[in-house]
Amino acid sequence: MAELKRRVRRILGSILVYAVLTVPLIPIFLMYTWLFVQAFSDRVIFGIIPQGLTLRNWAFLNNPIVFGGITHTSIWVILRNTLIFTFGVTGLITVVSSLSGYALSRVQFKGRTEFMQFILALHAFPAVILLIAVFYILNKMGLYGKGLLAFLGIIIVKAGMEIPMSAWILKGFFDVIPWDLEWAALIDGCTRLGTWRRVILPMIMPGIAAISIFSFIAGWGEFILVYTYMATEEYFTLSVFIHRMIGEIMYVRWGTIAALGVFYLLPIIFFFIFTQKALLRIYIGGIKR
Amino acid sequence: MIKALRKAVLLIVLLGPLSALIAFTWIAPAVLTTFLSFFDVGLGLQLRPVGLGNFYRILYRDLWVPQILQTTVIYVLGVLAINSGFGLVLGILTAYFVKKESVSLFFRTAWLLPRMTPGVLYVVLWMWFVDTRYGLLNAILSMLGLPTPYSWLLSKPHSQIIMIAINGYVGASYGMIIYSAAVKSIPTDFFNAAKVDGASDLQIVRYVILPLLKWPILFVTAWQTLSLLASYEYILMVWGDTARQANVEVWALYTYDRAFWLYDYGYAAALSVFLVAAGLIMIVLYMKIFGFRRLMEPSRVEV
Repeated sequence: MAELKRRVRRILGSILVYAVLTVPLIPIFLMYTWLFVQAFSDRVIFGIIPQGLTLRNWAFLNNPIVFGGITHTSIWVILRNTLIFTFGVTGLITVVSSLSGYALSRVQFKGRTEFMQFILALHAFPAVILLIAVFYILNKMGLYGKGLLAFLGIIIVKAGMEIPMSAWILKGFFDVIPWDLEWAALIDGCTRLGTWRRVILPMIMPGIAAISIFSFIAGWGEFILVYTYMATEEYFTLSVFIHRMIGEIMYVRWGTIAALGVFYLLPIIFFFIFTQKALLRIYIGGIKR
Repeated sequence: MIKALRKAVLLIVLLGPLSALIAFTWIAPAVLTTFLSFFDVGLGLQLRPVGLGNFYRILYRDLWVPQILQTTVIYVLGVLAINSGFGLVLGILTAYFVKKESVSLFFRTAWLLPRMTPGVLYVVLWMWFVDTRYGLLNAILSMLGLPTPYSWLLSKPHSQIIMIAINGYVGASYGMIIYSAAVKSIPTDFFNAAKVDGASDLQIVRYVILPLLKWPILFVTAWQTLSLLASYEYILMVWGDTARQANVEVWALYTYDRAFWLYDYGYAAALSVFLVAAGLIMIVLYMKIFGFRRLMEPSRVEV
């Protein structure tokens, strides 16, 4: 009898555990289901039941979205902008953090501890509150508003916002490489920089890959900087373009919005499926809201 | 002499780019924000000195400030409860109660989903979900015979509930990750010893896990307070310039509002000086409380 009671309690306990883990996630799963179903149908009832399957929502791939007499920029131009921005950010972050991660991990210099504390402090400090001053600087430098040149400024700012975090993560990768390897290279007559490039860098490729994926996702998802500093639609990235579409067509053309959303999500899905381990390591190792 | 020179060159090559980026995105803007806060700066970015006028306006003249402050407190406390409190529940459940590693990994990944979804898309999903005519939330509520609000976004308390939910779903995984790593680092001997002594799972949580998680809990709470105080991205994406009317405009967004929607840059700079100052004070405080090492390894459990 007591045995039975204990068993019932244990089963009830694990039901409760899985309920707490699962139930709050149901809305999120339903939202995602809706997104994929809606992208291929006219109407959706109860979030998951499609009515009238169609590919019409994807018409934006061939022709620019026209609404209310306005012809919007072609999605391929928007995609080009997004790729320029994202690869710019990824490249800059990867290069700068692999240089500085090495220095933070290996090179002794005066004020090293203070510098590390400073980097860590920045990591806690959300840069978005400095947006006004950045706007002022970009404006005075003539980098505000229109044109591909403006991307240059925004790319640098975005990379700057992410750099304390990524330099920190990459430092962790450098930390675990044994010193012996470096000494061997130095004794054989390699310079510090040569050692960095020829011996150490090839060994932290997993770290560099992780940082690149992480910065790609950060750049791809970036909204507020482009939204604030880019004035013309021709130079919008996908995130800002979709945000504008929310304001203009969403309540009448949910299907187009959902299809745009799926289009936008594709690279993220790719990374999620193929590089899950690296991603989890970043999210678990790195500390950022 | 040459050795010292070579070292200097090495450091410049390795750390120069990082320092330049930091100077450009962090230090210069922080200094400039403080500088601009003493001026009246309009659309043409002309500077007109006003001394402490902006600060006077914030403290005594601005009729929106009380409402903004109230919203900020609700936002920070509400989301903090989820990020730190519910994150703790998630962390302990996935790291202690779910014994099978693959199952635990599945749940942790699933909870990461909102965080990994690009912001704008996440907002699209929510706007559909809470849409009163087409969305699912009201459909479910009316099916259950519960009252459905006229709109989830236009006015409080509904708008504030949605604001907290949207941010909470993203934030919960943060606490979960730190806490589950901390629970995993507790030696299993502790649990076995407690079990031999006849402790139930709940007692183990209460008397073994929670006391050991003291530092991680404090860390997550402190760290999140700071980042929440200055975050507004999701609110901006959902509400845009209607946030103030909908009672979801937090201090950081008010700063943005004043600058980029009302073109009152100097005043906005003064508003953000409060945030910068709060941030600096909190960081110094955290360094004192936690020490450098604990901040570097928040999931470390000291046994």
